[in-house]
Amino acid sequence: MAENEDWLYEINAKQPLIHIDLKEIWRYKDLLFLFVRRDIIAAYKQTILGPLWYLIQPLFTGIIFTLVFNNIASISTGGAPPFLFNLAGITMWSYFAQCLNNTSNTFASNAGLFAKVYFPRIIAPMSQAISALFKLSIQLFIFTCFYLYFVAKGSAISPNYTLWFFPFLILIVAVLGLGTGMLISSLTTKYRDFRILIGFATTLLMYISAVMYPISEVQNSKTLSEYTWVVELNPIAILIETFRYMTLQEGIFNWGLLGYCALLSLTVFFVGLVVFNRTGRNFIDTI
Amino acid sequence: MSDIILKAENISKQYRLGTVGSGTLRDDFKRNWAKLRGKEDPFLKVGAVNDRSQKSTEDYVWALRDINFEVKQGEVLGIIGKNGAGKSTLLKILSRVTAPTTGVIKSRGRIASLLEVGTGFHPELTGRENIYLNGAILGMTKAEINSKLDEIIEFSGCERYIDTPTKRYSSGMTVRLAFAVAAHLEPEILVVDEVLAVGDAEFQKKAIGKMQDISQGEGRTVLFVSHNMASVQSLCSRAILLQNGLITHSGTVLKIIEEYLTVDSLPNETTCKKFINENERTGSGLAKIKFVEFRSKGMVKTPATGQPVELIFDIDLVESIKFEDLELDFRIDNQLGQRILWFSSTVFKKNRLEGNRQIIFQFKKFPLNQGSYIVTTHLTHKNEVADWAKNGFQFQVDEGFFYSSLKKVSPDQSNIMIDYSVSYA
Repeated sequence: MAENEDWLYEINAKQPLIHIDLKEIWRYKDLLFLFVRRDIIAAYKQTILGPLWYLIQPLFTGIIFTLVFNNIASISTGGAPPFLFNLAGITMWSYFAQCLNNTSNTFASNAGLFAKVYFPRIIAPMSQAISALFKLSIQLFIFTCFYLYFVAKGSAISPNYTLWFFPFLILIVAVLGLGTGMLISSLTTKYRDFRILIGFATTLLMYISAVMYPISEVQNSKTLSEYTWVVELNPIAILIETFRYMTLQEGIFNWGLLGYCALLSLTVFFVGLVVFNRTGRNFIDTI
Repeated sequence: MSDIILKAENISKQYRLGTVGSGTLRDDFKRNWAKLRGKEDPFLKVGAVNDRSQKSTEDYVWALRDINFEVKQGEVLGIIGKNGAGKSTLLKILSRVTAPTTGVIKSRGRIASLLEVGTGFHPELTGRENIYLNGAILGMTKAEINSKLDEIIEFSGCERYIDTPTKRYSSGMTVRLAFAVAAHLEPEILVVDEVLAVGDAEFQKKAIGKMQDISQGEGRTVLFVSHNMASVQSLCSRAILLQNGLITHSGTVLKIIEEYLTVDSLPNETTCKKFINENERTGSGLAKIKFVEFRSKGMVKTPATGQPVELIFDIDLVESIKFEDLELDFRIDNQLGQRILWFSSTVFKKNRLEGNRQIIFQFKKFPLNQGSYIVTTHLTHKNEVADWAKNGFQFQVDEGFFYSSLKKVSPDQSNIMIDYSVSYA
């Protein structure tokens, strides 16, 4: 009975609070990429325009936003062309929204799969965040195209040195979206109230995230001055502003605020991860 | 003792019955409150034995209770039990789909499950893409799949469709492809649940053959769950019998199958089928059938092929007529409405026993194969129809052993079984 202790693994009724088996996730890396592939391929199967839809969505949203917020409501976008200003906001926002929405459905949409096979559950939301990158890159491509167009037309815009931070910016957005999504997906398995909430909450969130207006506009507003903190402390608003500063010189770039965003994102992510792991073990009994 | 690959210690699983609502929220608060104070989960103390036919006021049941077993390297362990005995719950815990409420499972090898094949197939992807996806879900790496791709495609017999989206596949083809992927997995421990219930006969044979190869040829450890005693018998060396969430027996496969068939005869479910309403019957009404019931070894139970069975008709009659003047005949139709058997009390001399006016037909070895049958009864009093019930009741025949060889005959082949012998000369 001496060899009794060298088990490969144990399935235990109880589990430590934080339990991330990186080795196991690594072993399933192929699955992660196949999931990403599946999501990208399946999203626009049997459509004629295919991935072109990724172009059309932000383009039209950008045009409508420019018409409504800049031409009708005359929100100032500083020196940047309004259309480009909106496109920048939409690009960042839609990446966050996609991470959040897709991961918040993890348990519900994968119930059939999770009910039958074991693999590290975290693979599913991770694949969502990665496949959303595909859409993001297409949108960044359009953004670049229009950027060049406006430069050629003589707009006084130029990117600045802070652009090197861009990959980290995306990482923060992804971590925040993923964390929030995992948290919500875990809460939804037993009590579906959250699923209803998330539907309109993301739309409302967009309005306080400085997508179609600069934060300075809120700060300068006389009627809203008491509530400026809602936007000022909103990490997504800060992240969007940072992106606009990088590319259009229009916005805020503040290491302190970015540190706050990173810290908040990581906190949300780890809380989300803990809750997600706990739920993942038993959710099939309650969904 | 040294080659134990899997060990379950005190595995229990508790489920809450009913719907999710404010009641579950309240229980969640109680549970977390107890946890915060460092106390034990209060709901672990409650919970009834899981018997689905018994009414109970308890909200919590134990789907599994104190399950202990060990599996040796290379062994094929059969897990058998009736519906709701906890087999699937056990497999779910073993394959880590859900966590046990208490207890530990220790394993020396990777466990992969074939809990209903075809998991994770995406209808929009082609057969080939799905092989990769499904393989990865089941725990294979891309390199492993690459090396086996041709073999998998060949085994599935779907070469022609391999680059067509699986949504265009017939359901049988999907299953074939899925099983092909699963069968080429190489985990140390394979969990199989009811896979053999799908596919056509040719493919089932192939699947069983593959299972045998896996377990015998390759020395893989397999946990096999099925209702099909014939395949359990041909594949497994040892078995455990689950009953209401407890392991009641474990031992050699033949012993356990025998045990299973007798355990099944416990009067757990009532088989006293209601007869059709009186106004749907014709006849003078001087005598009527009140109810019918199947008994085996003195207990009310669903009849099973090859088992001793009594079919009892309980008769109600007006005082003016004599019970002995009644004659009863009935015919049995299969599900297609084809008459397959006819029985009558007129065939034999009457054998009047002390009793409560019952007409009892006795079968030493029940001749009907597993399936569902419809009975038309015809009760006469002095050649005059007293009670004629067309399609009066329906009954189910459970799987059982008719032949001493324990070989089964598929219900597709024959509804009726008779004793015979074969000689080679």
